[in-house]
Amino acid sequence: MKTSTPMVELRGLRKSFGAIDVLKGIDLTVAKGRILSLIGPSGSGKSTLLRSINLLETPTGGEVWLDGVRVNAPLTGMAYERHVNLLRREMQMVFQQFNLFPHLTVMQNLTVGPLRLLGLNRDEAEARAEELLRKVGLIEKATAYPARLSGGQKQRVAIARALAMQPKVMLFDEVTSALDPELVDEVNAVMKDLAAEHITMLIVTHEMRFAAEVSDWAVFMDGGVVVEEGPPDRLFREPEQLRTRSFLRKHLGA
Amino acid sequence: MTLDFTVVPPYAGALALGTFWTILITLLAGTISLVAGTFIALAQIFAPRWIRLAIVAPVFVITGTPLLLQLFLVYYGLSQLGIRLPAFWTGVVGLGLHYAVYNADILRATILSIDSGQSEAGRALGFGQGATLRHFVLPQALYVSLPQIGNNIIVLLKDSVLLSSIGIMELVLSAQLAISRSFRPFEFYITVAVIFYVINLALEWGFARVARKTEAMR
Repeated sequence: MKTSTPMVELRGLRKSFGAIDVLKGIDLTVAKGRILSLIGPSGSGKSTLLRSINLLETPTGGEVWLDGVRVNAPLTGMAYERHVNLLRREMQMVFQQFNLFPHLTVMQNLTVGPLRLLGLNRDEAEARAEELLRKVGLIEKATAYPARLSGGQKQRVAIARALAMQPKVMLFDEVTSALDPELVDEVNAVMKDLAAEHITMLIVTHEMRFAAEVSDWAVFMDGGVVVEEGPPDRLFREPEQLRTRSFLRKHLGA
Repeated sequence: MTLDFTVVPPYAGALALGTFWTILITLLAGTISLVAGTFIALAQIFAPRWIRLAIVAPVFVITGTPLLLQLFLVYYGLSQLGIRLPAFWTGVVGLGLHYAVYNADILRATILSIDSGQSEAGRALGFGQGATLRHFVLPQALYVSLPQIGNNIIVLLKDSVLLSSIGIMELVLSAQLAISRSFRPFEFYITVAVIFYVINLALEWGFARVARKTEAMR
């Protein structure tokens, strides 16, 4: 019996770049409020998978569903563009390279979306931004430009910018990979806070320990397919597949 | 001989009017060069093939021939065919479009140099393609291009003297009129040179003010 619509559902998702098949038919379900980690070697397709969900990459086959709505709907032209733009608001992505807007202050980075896309007025948008900046511990940087921030601070602002859109799902694409090791923890701490609030999250990561700690479902990908998935306790301690085991041995040093 | 600048003040009114026209021409043509330059750059990058091909020829003509000749062709050439354009607007639009092509060259390069992560971030927030360009990519490209575009506008200011050739009463033509009555070319040309220099300083001061904002971005 199905109890509720999954928040994110992928059915037979395929993506190829020319002759190269990066995703070879992925089926995946994320329930509301769940946190899913995607792990696997570089080139396994996990980032492409994440980017196919918000259609930064256009799937070449299969279906992407968000809260019961088909994301890669069979529309064309402007209708497709409008449909995708509306759905993207509801699934915000945080990038490895932060991608903050350097010509806008921290505050403006957080308000530009709510102001221009969600129809909030300036007071509402700034109140929302201030609350989020407090949450990520950067309220004192509100008037600074991104160039004045450390990598860890930039990524916390990027997370706050995504949250300002009040999305249904957060997509994290290797958000600590570009950070100096000593800055990783402050970003992870923010993500743990979000996890405690039961925001639906998909996390692509190289940090196995963090994935094990924060997520309630872990998916190991290799060569464009899901090799193995399960609760992190089991997947990380007792992987069933040989490929999973050898990957984890390399990355956990266990 | 001795320089005697007391010959200048009686013509102060005419020179002031000339200065006004020179500044007005520079502001209008400068704005046209920026706006049209942006559209040309965007067209060269994003427009369908037939539009890109359609602007190749005019761009080639504008960069390949002297501005003075272009003004003569449009103003005197067309009048031979019975098309009489107002001299002022012919000059302003001609000057503006000429520099639009040079600004477009700069802008095209900087638009393409803006990190693709910027448009991805815009699209991922939910902005459409055009809105992403307008709010995130173009402003950054403009800030980055500003020093070079500023240089172009200063050259444009100096080239505005060419409009005297189609009868626009800008600074140089005003001075020449004063000279034809006073027979004192040196004093008047030096005065005009100083005025140009001051306008130039004002422009550079303005660009530096905007440039300070871009410093914060780096």
